[in-house]
Parts: sequence; C-alpha cells; structure tokens
Amino acid sequence: MPEPRLIEVRKNVLKQNDLTARALREQFRAAGVFVVSLVSSPGSGKTMFLEKTLTLLRQNYRVAALVGDLATENDAVRLARSRAPVKQITTGTLCHLEAAMVQNALREWNLDDLDFLFIENVGNLVCPSSYDLGENLRLVLISVTEGEDKPLKYPTIFNSADVAVVTKMDLAAAVEFDWQAAYGNIQAVRPGMQVSKLSAKTGEGMEEYIGFLKVRLDELRVGVSA
Amino acid sequence: MTMHELSIAMSIVELAEEEAERRGVQVTAVHLRLGALSGVMKEALLGSYEMACEESPLKGSRLIIEEVPVAIVCSRCQTQRPIRSIQLFCCEECGTPASEIVQGKEIEVFALEIAECQSPV
Repeated sequence: MPEPRLIEVRKNVLKQNDLTARALREQFRAAGVFVVSLVSSPGSGKTMFLEKTLTLLRQNYRVAALVGDLATENDAVRLARSRAPVKQITTGTLCHLEAAMVQNALREWNLDDLDFLFIENVGNLVCPSSYDLGENLRLVLISVTEGEDKPLKYPTIFNSADVAVVTKMDLAAAVEFDWQAAYGNIQAVRPGMQVSKLSAKTGEGMEEYIGFLKVRLDELRVGVSA
Repeated sequence: MTMHELSIAMSIVELAEEEAERRGVQVTAVHLRLGALSGVMKEALLGSYEMACEESPLKGSRLIIEEVPVAIVCSRCQTQRPIRSIQLFCCEECGTPASEIVQGKEIEVFALEIAECQSPV
C-alpha cells in the first residue's frame, strides 16, 4: 500500500470562466459598449424593468439584450416589444449564465454597433453570484413584494452586485413596504451600495435611473479614449 | 432543483484529473478552499462531488473542504480584519462599514492527496 502524500496545486476552479469574462470585458471596453447584468429572484420584475429600460434608451442609443432562461422564450418575446435586438440563451437545467454562454450568444452581433448591452440572468439569487460575465455593472433587483430582509437572506449575491434597484414601488403602500429597513439591510451586506427605487409600470424613478446609465457610458468612453 | 454545485464539482474533478494525469499519480483526496462569499454551499458541493467522480479516475476519492471566512481591509484600523457577520459587513474590531474584501470568494483546489502509481512490472 503506497503512502498518501500531499501535493500543492493552488488552482482556481472557475479560472476558465474568469479568463473568458476578462476577455469579454476587454472586448466590451474596446467597442465602447456599456454592459449591465441583471440578477434577482424570479418574479421581481426584471423583464418588465428591462423592457422599459430598452424602450427609453432606444430613443437615443443603440441597445440590445441577452436573456437567460431555463426553458422558455417568453422573456425574449416580451423584450422584443421594445424593438431592440434580443437574443435568448436557454440554459436548460443550468441555474445561471456563464461567461462562455455570453460569448457564444454574441458571436453574430457586432459590438461596435452597440452603446448598451443588457444581460438578464436566470431568476435566482444564489447561483449567478459565482460567475463573472464580463459586465461593467451588476445590478441586483428586489421588489417591494419580496420583503425587506431579502439582502440578509442572500448576502452573497447582494455583495457581488454593484448597484441595487428596488422595483414595483407603485405597490409599496399596499404591501406596507419599509424602505428604511430595506435600505438598511442592503447597506449592512454591501456598505456604500447605491440603491434606486422605481416603478417600471408607472415610470416613477426611471428617468433618474436612465440618466445614471448614460453617465456610466460616458465615463467608460472617456476611459477608452484617454 | 438545479444546482450550480454540480457544475462546480465537475470542474473540480476535471482540474484534479488533469493534474493527476500530468504528474502520473492517483488522487485519493482533493483539498478545497471554499470562501464564505463564493456562492457555493458546502453540503451541496460534497453531495455533488460523489456524483461528479462517477466514471472518472477519481471515483472513490474524498473532497476535503476548508471554509475560508470573509476578511476585509478596514479603512480605520488600516489592517486586515474579519467582519462581524455575513449579514453585517463591518470591521469586527471597530465597526467601520467595509467594502474592500480581500478574502472569502475563493473556490480553489489547494492540494491533492495522492498515492504514487506503481510502475508496471
């Protein structure tokens, strides 16, 4: 019986994904396209929010979206109403998007023709947190109907995100949503995170949010030309 | 319920297999460092590992997980500190809110326990 021996390896398990994500990020930077990924639990209003975002941005910018879904193409059909180019990534049994899936989905698109690209991840507050997609901004959505303690239950995904958006504010009073509590919980797991509140349905808060995206695009392009 | 732990487990097995093949050794255990912010559940990963090993040279090997807590650099203490809890990203020492995470996201194959392959007689 040979004696067991320990050899040091020190290898990142997600190295391949991280490398692909890094290559994507460089491609996005070179093309001057600002990439936003959306994560949330199912039913938080991602698709509605994205449909409104695409419609508003399309007036002045070239926008497109990739949308991840386990099985259906319903979201892509809904988003197509914005008249922006939309491509579905059907993940099958996979509960999240990976960088290689984004890379494959983008093959037929010319990034130079875009200003903004949105990537809607599979509705899931757990799995997407481990995978870098090369995005410039990861946005986590939480709807007022979900309860103020969502950030405390899923600290990892909130911590992996850059900004948070509270959706369905038109329902806030009906469900007695406590904004201060929700804001405090987000700050507890991600100190300093910017939090917007809006309603894609009524349009409340959408203009400010679109303004924020425009500023971020300008910043990216200044960085590229500098 | 779909789990990303299975795809992570398959990546671990693949990585270990490559190392084993390259070094001409047989793996009996994989040592993994798993961060508290990795987004991977230890129990789910252990369960998936066995499945991922089936029909691979690693069949029968063990996965040994070392959990790595979150560490931040506190802007006030000017040094590396733990946080109060995964629900409260504050310096454990002085309570300053912290955003500069320096540890806790790793999913890293740290070492392999091996048995030397006996050379054919």
